[in-house]
Parts: sequence; C-alpha cells; structure tokens
Amino acid sequence: MTRTLLKIAAKLAWVAVVFFGITVISFWVIHLAPGKPTDLQTTLNPGASAVARERLEKLYGLDQPIHVQYGQWLSRMGRLDFGRSMSGDSRPVWDKIEERLPLTFGMNIVSLFLTLAVAIPIGVAAAWRQGGVFDRVSTVIVFAGFAMPGFWLALLLMLLFGIAWPILPISGLTSLGFAKLSFWGKTWDLCRHLILPVFLYTFGSLAGMSRFMRTSMLEVLRQDYILSARAKGLPARTVIFRHAMRNALLPVITILGLSVPGLIGGSVIIESIFALPGLGQLFYQAVMSRDYPLIMGSLVLGAVLTLAGNLLADVGYGLADPRIRASAAKDDGGEGE
Amino acid sequence: MSLRRRKPLAPPTWLSRYGMLALGLVLVGGMSLAAILAPWLSPADPNAINVNALLLKPCAAHPLGTDALGRDVLSRILYGGRVSLWVGFVAVGISTTIGLALGLVAGYFGRLTDEIIMRLVDVMLCFPSFFLILAVIAFLEPSLINIMAVIGLTSWMGVARLVRAETLSLRGRDFVLAARVSGAGSARIIIRHILPNALAPVLVSATLGVAGAILVESSLSFLGLGVQPPDASWGNMLMDGKEVLEVAPWLSVFPGLAILFTVLGYNLLGESLRDILDPRLRR
Repeated sequence: MTRTLLKIAAKLAWVAVVFFGITVISFWVIHLAPGKPTDLQTTLNPGASAVARERLEKLYGLDQPIHVQYGQWLSRMGRLDFGRSMSGDSRPVWDKIEERLPLTFGMNIVSLFLTLAVAIPIGVAAAWRQGGVFDRVSTVIVFAGFAMPGFWLALLLMLLFGIAWPILPISGLTSLGFAKLSFWGKTWDLCRHLILPVFLYTFGSLAGMSRFMRTSMLEVLRQDYILSARAKGLPARTVIFRHAMRNALLPVITILGLSVPGLIGGSVIIESIFALPGLGQLFYQAVMSRDYPLIMGSLVLGAVLTLAGNLLADVGYGLADPRIRASAAKDDGGEGE
Repeated sequence: MSLRRRKPLAPPTWLSRYGMLALGLVLVGGMSLAAILAPWLSPADPNAINVNALLLKPCAAHPLGTDALGRDVLSRILYGGRVSLWVGFVAVGISTTIGLALGLVAGYFGRLTDEIIMRLVDVMLCFPSFFLILAVIAFLEPSLINIMAVIGLTSWMGVARLVRAETLSLRGRDFVLAARVSGAGSARIIIRHILPNALAPVLVSATLGVAGAILVESSLSFLGLGVQPPDASWGNMLMDGKEVLEVAPWLSVFPGLAILFTVLGYNLLGESLRDILDPRLRR
C-alpha cells in the first residue's frame, strides 16, 4: 500500500511542478512582451496624462519588477484569487470565467460523447476488415478530415445551412425573441443554435479518434488469443465485442486525456466564428485587450484542465486495465522494480 | 465468419502506399510550383485594388472572382501559398532542429540530462499551446517571423521524443561501441553515427509537421492574428470572405480548397513515407 501511496504522491508532486512551470513561462512571456495593457487607456488616448498613466500602472502593480509581480500573482492564486479584470468593468476574473464555463464545457462534453459514439464503431469496423471497402472509404474520409481546417468547414456549413438553405441560425446563442419563448421553446432555440458548433467540435476530433481506434484494434486483432477465439469457432460478434474491443479501448482513455489542449484551442476559433459567449471568445477578447489577469486566469484554467485530463487518464487506465492493477498489487508486495 | 486472410502481395490500388505517395507528391509538388511561380502565373497584382471590379463572380478575366476591394482572388491564392509554404518550412525547420538536438542529447547521455529534457517535454505538452501562441502573437505584433518562431517553439516535443527513443535503441549497437572503442568523442558519435540512423522518423514527422504548421498559421490569420493585410494568406482571405459570405460565397470556398489540398498532400506524403521507411509497420 505504501508503494501505491508513494506513487500517487510522486504523481501529484509532478503535477505541481508542471503547473508551476506552465505559470512561470506564461507569466514571463506575457509580461515581457513590449507594450503594456495601460497603453490602450493612456498612450492611445490623447487626453490621458503621464501622471494618469503612472497611477494606472501602480494600481495594477505594473511598476514592480517582474518577479515581484509573479510572487504577488502566485500568492493570490494560492488563495484562489484570480484578481480583477483590467477591462473597463474591473470585474473579478473568476466571475467572468465562471459565467462562460457551462457553455464551453457543455458543448465539449456533448461532442466528446458524439465523437466516441461515432469514432469507435468506425475504427472497429475498419480494423476488422483491414483493406476492405469500408476501411478504404473511411481512410479517405479520415484523411480529408485531418486536412480540413475547422474554420473553413464552419464557413461552408454556414453557407449551406444558413444561406443557401436557411434552416439553422449561424450566429449567437439565442434568437431575438428568446425571452418570450416557453421553456421548451427556449430549449429548442438553444439546441438549434448549438447544432453547427457541436458538429464542428465533433468533426474536429473524429478523424484522429477513429484512426486511433483502428490502430489500437489492429494491434489487438493480431494477438494470439484473438486467433484462438476465432479458431474455436466463436461468432464474429463475440470476438469483436468480448475479446477485442474491450482491450482496444484502453489506449483511447489516454488519448482522451491528451486531447484537452486541442479542444481548448478549438473553442477559440469555433466560438469566435459563431459569436458564442464561451471561454474561447473570452480569451480572444482578453488577448486583444491585453487583460493580463484574465489571460493568466484562462491559461491557468487551461493548464489545470489539461493536467486533470492527464491524471484522470492515468487513473482511469489503471482502473480499467487489470494488468496494471495486478502489477501495482505486486509492487505493494514489497518486490523491487 | 470466414477466416479470410489478405493475400500476401495485394495488388497495388489507388490507395496503396505508393498510390498515396504519388498523390501526395502531386499535391505537394503542384502547390509548391504554383507558389514559386506565383509572379508569372498570377493574372494580376495580388494587392492591386480595383474599385470597378468589386466582388465579381468567377469570369474570364478573374478565374476565381474578385474580393470586396476588387483584388483578383486567384493571384491572392497563389501569393498566399508562398506565405503558407514559407511558414510551414521555417516553423518545421525550427521545431525539428530543437527536437533533434534535445532528443539526441537526452537519448545519448541518459540519466539526469534525459530526465530534465523529458520533463520539459511533458511540461510543454501540457501547455494549452494555441492559447499561448495567440497571446504571444497578439503582444509581439503579428509578423511572419514571430508566427514562424512561435509555431516552431511550441511544436518540437514530438520530434524530441521520437529522436530520443531512436537514440536509445542505437546507443548500445555494436557500431556505436566500435566507434567509441576507436576513440571517437561523444559529439562525433552523436553526429556521425547516431544522427544519420535516426533521420527516417524525423523526415516523416517533419513532413506531417509542415501540414500542422500550415493549419495553425491559417487559423491565426483567420483570427486576424496572422499575416496582416494587405498581404494575402489563405487564412486572412477566409476571414475577409466571412464578412461577405452571403453576397460572395466563392471568396470563402477557394482559399479553403487551397489549404485542404496542401495539408492533404503533406499528410499523404508523410504517412506513405512512414509506411515505406518503417518496415515494422507494414502489415
């Protein structure tokens, strides 16, 4: 047991180190870049005096050396205080992030399930008859999917479903008369606005995931126990679902954990195309207005989510794979590695 | 269910690895040629504004139409191709150099050096890198150099891992031991004996990396943080196209096709090279 605990402790310590590394690099890069957030309010504003500029810099602590600023920022983070936004409204950063979390999270989770629901069957079917018609057709589609920029597909879909055959809204989260709609009317309106964005999120991860599932399945299908299962005359259904797929799914857990940074990046593009008030759009606005606290807050959130994804993948893998459980148990028996 | 096995030597089809290679070469070669020959192929100056020819549909004088400022779309796509290829190659050059150096050093020296470098790789992989790229570009003035540098500096981790693994497996081979016995120093062994043997996977990942860098550049330009107007890039052409989606849909179609074909070409090339260079993956 001690060994497992030690491993967990080492893992957590490592996560802390990575987190520290990410924040240090981000902080330095952002703060050492030429120009200051106060430029927008002072240099670009002819009415602002040098005194006003100094006062603003003092207010935000920008007159301090950078390591002092980082120390202050870190100690605030230790108290889970993300600071206040530098934009006109000066609201707490966390409030701004919190109100946008549900939308981005919701879209990503729905699309995650859709991706798995589509990619796993595609990968399994393609691997089962490697080189067959389905495998080839899906390979072509996967390659096209890899090469298709998400924002271009978004434009094409807007063109198709918003203009040529206008059945879906292509911008924003709600229609004009939203407030007057009944509960079901509101739900339906929201769903209609989210169909295209969620489709794009799903499409973005579909190619990679189905390819990965195919490779993983091919790997498993080459094992001796699959040959013996087929040799003793088990129906294909049993071999696929009972023997092969359960093992082939294991590496998918790891990939899910690693896909978080990509999803975060994708949300910036998709949300800015469809004018959706989510985290990606918030970050884009923060970057454009040089809102340091908000940028750092978003980066920290992104890093935390990524690290959480990695940790969950590790833990999930351990829970799902009896071989890892067994080796952990053996380690607990006191044998050295 | 029959235990059907593939024939050992399946006849080459259009999707076999050589078919993929050929298609990849045609796409990559075609797009590269078009970009290189842009000054001679373009029907017009890509930045010439013409108020008498705003938003023209594709016609004889303008094969792919004109944009909201009357500029010829075909010319802009050809010149935009130069930007994309340039960014792709320089960014990949940067990331491959960093990845190669760190991977060789980590794999060859092992121990603490390896530990430190690989942990750095882990940190970089956890980075929400698109966020960071966006922030850096927005702060540093979106110039071509900055874009190439930032993409290169945030995409070397895969190469480093590949090269490290390859170096680890080469380090103990007889020819490396022989070199060491005959008195070669570490630098010589790494550069003369290990590097040439580790190049095949690097070539594959560099080819795929070009595709990735082109996609990132076009995304940045689409968000207005890449190549700045009036210079053309496929991403910023699509950004402009979005504004007039309803009246001039062709502006949103052709630059996207250019991205699609180019990225597809590099992906096909990379994947088929992987199949051909790495016999272990042949099935």
